[in-house]
Amino acid sequence: MRSILEEEVTIELQHINVKLLLKESENLKLDSVIPVFHSWIQGQIFDELLLDVADYRHVKDGPGLMLIGHEADYSLDNTDGLLGVRYNRKAPLPGTNLDRLIQATRSALVACQRLESDPRLNGKFHFNGQDVQLIINDRLLAPNTETTRQAVEPDFERFAVKLFGLSGSSHPDESRQGSDEPGGQFSHSRSSTPTVFRGAPLSMSDNKYYVNYSVDMRRLLSATIRSPKSFSTRELLNNLAA
Amino acid sequence: MKSSNSLWKEKLDGKMPEELAREIDIFETEIALRKQGKLEERLFAETRLRRGAYGQRYDNGQRNDGQKVQKLNFPSGDFTKGPNTMWDAPGMQRIKVPAGGLNAAQLETMAELAEEYSDGIAHVTTRQDFQLHYIHIDDTPALMRRLAAANITTREACGNSVRNVTACPYAGVCTDESFDVTPYARALSRFLLGHPDCQNFGRKFKPAFSGCAQHACGLTSLHDLGLIAKTRVNEATGREELGFEMYVGGGLGAVPYHAKLLDSFVPPEELLPLTQSIARVFARLGEKKNRNRARIKFLIQDLGIEKFRELVFEERKTLPFDPRWTEYIEQARSEFQEAPLKEAPRNETQSSLVTIGDLNGASENFKRWMKFNNRPQRQPGYVTVTIALPLGDITANQLRSLADIVRRFTKETIRTTVEQNFVIRWVSKTDLPELYKALAAAGLADVGAGALVDVTSCPGTDTCKLGISSSRGLAAELRRQVSEKSFQSDEAVQNLHIKISGCFNSCGQHHVADLGFYGVSRKIAGHAVPHFQVVLGGQWEHNAASYGLPVAAVPSKNIPQVVTRLTDRYVAERQNGETFKDFVKRTGKAELKNMLEDLTRPAAGDTSVFSDWGDPRQYTLGDMGEGECAGEVVSAVDFGLAAAERELFEAQLAFEKGEVDQAGKSAYHSMLAAAKALVRAENLDVSDDPDQIVSEFRQRYYDTRLFFDPFAGGKFAGYLFAAHEKSGQTYTEESSRYLIDEAQLFIDAAHSCSNRLGKPVVV
Repeated sequence: MRSILEEEVTIELQHINVKLLLKESENLKLDSVIPVFHSWIQGQIFDELLLDVADYRHVKDGPGLMLIGHEADYSLDNTDGLLGVRYNRKAPLPGTNLDRLIQATRSALVACQRLESDPRLNGKFHFNGQDVQLIINDRLLAPNTETTRQAVEPDFERFAVKLFGLSGSSHPDESRQGSDEPGGQFSHSRSSTPTVFRGAPLSMSDNKYYVNYSVDMRRLLSATIRSPKSFSTRELLNNLAA
Repeated sequence: MKSSNSLWKEKLDGKMPEELAREIDIFETEIALRKQGKLEERLFAETRLRRGAYGQRYDNGQRNDGQKVQKLNFPSGDFTKGPNTMWDAPGMQRIKVPAGGLNAAQLETMAELAEEYSDGIAHVTTRQDFQLHYIHIDDTPALMRRLAAANITTREACGNSVRNVTACPYAGVCTDESFDVTPYARALSRFLLGHPDCQNFGRKFKPAFSGCAQHACGLTSLHDLGLIAKTRVNEATGREELGFEMYVGGGLGAVPYHAKLLDSFVPPEELLPLTQSIARVFARLGEKKNRNRARIKFLIQDLGIEKFRELVFEERKTLPFDPRWTEYIEQARSEFQEAPLKEAPRNETQSSLVTIGDLNGASENFKRWMKFNNRPQRQPGYVTVTIALPLGDITANQLRSLADIVRRFTKETIRTTVEQNFVIRWVSKTDLPELYKALAAAGLADVGAGALVDVTSCPGTDTCKLGISSSRGLAAELRRQVSEKSFQSDEAVQNLHIKISGCFNSCGQHHVADLGFYGVSRKIAGHAVPHFQVVLGGQWEHNAASYGLPVAAVPSKNIPQVVTRLTDRYVAERQNGETFKDFVKRTGKAELKNMLEDLTRPAAGDTSVFSDWGDPRQYTLGDMGEGECAGEVVSAVDFGLAAAERELFEAQLAFEKGEVDQAGKSAYHSMLAAAKALVRAENLDVSDDPDQIVSEFRQRYYDTRLFFDPFAGGKFAGYLFAAHEKSGQTYTEESSRYLIDEAQLFIDAAHSCSNRLGKPVVV
């Protein structure tokens, strides 16, 4: 819950959404995923109770194809024209903010991994390896204000450290291990809509992780974290499990 | 389910109309009572329906997954929110938008709610409402509070109540209207909302307004109550008077009925009382046991319009005067005057839109958009722009963009339409290129509003328990197939209407389409196969002047070919510019059926027919459930007693908090509520005055001994009389504690009395 103690604000992060942006592909059609989602319901393959498939492919930059669950939804979401595997946690969770960020991300990664490896999809759906979007789907707990962004930044950075295996992780790329201070590896920016780091990255020479926040107050609090190097879903899952 | 649910009440305290806040508090209490097992599921179902909280497909806790029927093991187990409706199962929230009118803040609120409680999509319905899907019942009070803070209510959006009052979306700007019906639609909506005379219907009641007789916009012919604006000249004064042709008893459903003329000229001061009289007659005489014959159209059919008219006007004479009947009139005319944001361009007339600027060099899309999505207003220099929403769906981001757009170009004059679109009114002609760019950037510039490509569809098997075939799946496929083709087609084809219902209940309004379809099922080779009945001969114009008839049942996967074949033949054989309806009539159903005969069977070896559009599962009817459209028939007495129980529960809560005086007052009021519920069964016009309630209760139930308990006699009635006598006092902890106990006993006795007597509302 939020409390104000001197200048410190604590934000409870619930209903976390994680969206793993996919590699862009011109031939990416979502209709092949429909039977895949239905088969997941048949097998009830996740912890969440899976209920139904909702098809919004006809809506521009919309929710795309959704797998509706009781505790959470999964989707191939195309909001802002960015196609990604999205996990929308609906039921509250105990634990810390970091616990909940990890839970949501793990769920998204597992779903993404399944799509990557499903023979029916011919390898067409693939995490782009670098961009992870965090969205907090509760305006009252986490309004999209500068105060909130500053309050959650430490949680987001701690999460990114865990996810990308920074500072003491077993990541093989020694050159990435710079400062032990997480903040030194992060560069923060703001924009009115979620930024797509398309084309040439902002600056990859300094091995920084970029965290871009959407500052439109009407939108949900969201941050896109971009890694300077590419990870597989398996690597990220291993990092979260470590 | 949302963590923040409990925080919204405090956050929005004082930010909504008090009556809306109170209503939501009541509903929240009812949820608590249901969870404690103190509110019976049937009663809870009707109360939530009357707040627009509806069930969805699979809410009976099972779903055919394509291989087997899967039990859905919700965390709340078998706990229900209605008969055979699991508590945790996702539901649908319907949101009323009287006359379709919205402002930018309301669009933004809808965006927030779609994101936080639903699937990110808001859906515009065929009655100008919004619907949000996959809503958890626990989230509904917070959702309702946020709507109320934007001055939107969900009350009576579903259930056996007066539903949304719809109106022509061009009211006030139309070149053909008699006058602007908007203020009258809004006044009727406010007057009927929660009206005591509208709480005892056996089924829903749908009113609609139209500004003219000849166009389609109001669709008054297919409504329970249809009002068409008209004027006449007073012979004595020579002044023009405004009034309405009043029609009753229309309705689609399985078998559509045309509304019948009740009165050829109803002046504004009689609009509300005459409607109230109709409501009373419907509540009193309408069928309540057989849900299939409970709409007002059947009552009028049984009585005949002459007898019905007679009963309504007799009832009118008995109504106690209500100042609201007339006080709205002057206020309405000034309050609802829309105005543009910008002055009209000089030297503009109502002439064709293409006279604005030079369209040479403009993109093809913009030219088509100008042709299909805009119509001149009667106010020179202004245009009403239609935004065609694909299947009536809009995302949260698009809603926010739309809010920005209506602020930038207008004074937020935007409305929903029954074709599941939006119209933006009062757009200056000179703004059209910039407006188009803004809409295009938001993905809201789809061409073909109201045209062939703009297919109307109910939710169907996507979310509705009554859905038989996938209306949205078919609609999406038809949109895709006809989109390019339609703009190369003959203009007459471009302007045809396709409407699709998932079943015979006509929520997609298929009866009034040029090409209408409703879902049915057939067996082929031992397998159930989704089909659609092809319905031809409907007329959209003239307020839905005629209804089509089914011609043939065709497998769902063959319907696109049906559309192609029929439209091609129409273009080839059309005579003298005849309408499609006239073409159908001239060609004859027999010939049309003959021409579609081969499409009534799947092609040899085509196994795709065994599943429906967009759904790979083997088709089955097993997922159908009992619809909640009919609501639960709960008598006005039961409702009144439920309200008494709720008030007593609040007394207990107050007592727990140490608010003993308030606890005592609430306990007393709960007894009055129970007494009034019984009294109202005999006297509809009993007021809220405690003296009158107690006096009437004594006279009708105590002196007659009707209330007497077989064992305790009149003891419990004595509690009411004693409480009434002491009602001016300040309650102590002891006295309020006793009163809470006595109130419960009195209410229990009222239930017993009601059960013994089987109280209907007065005849």
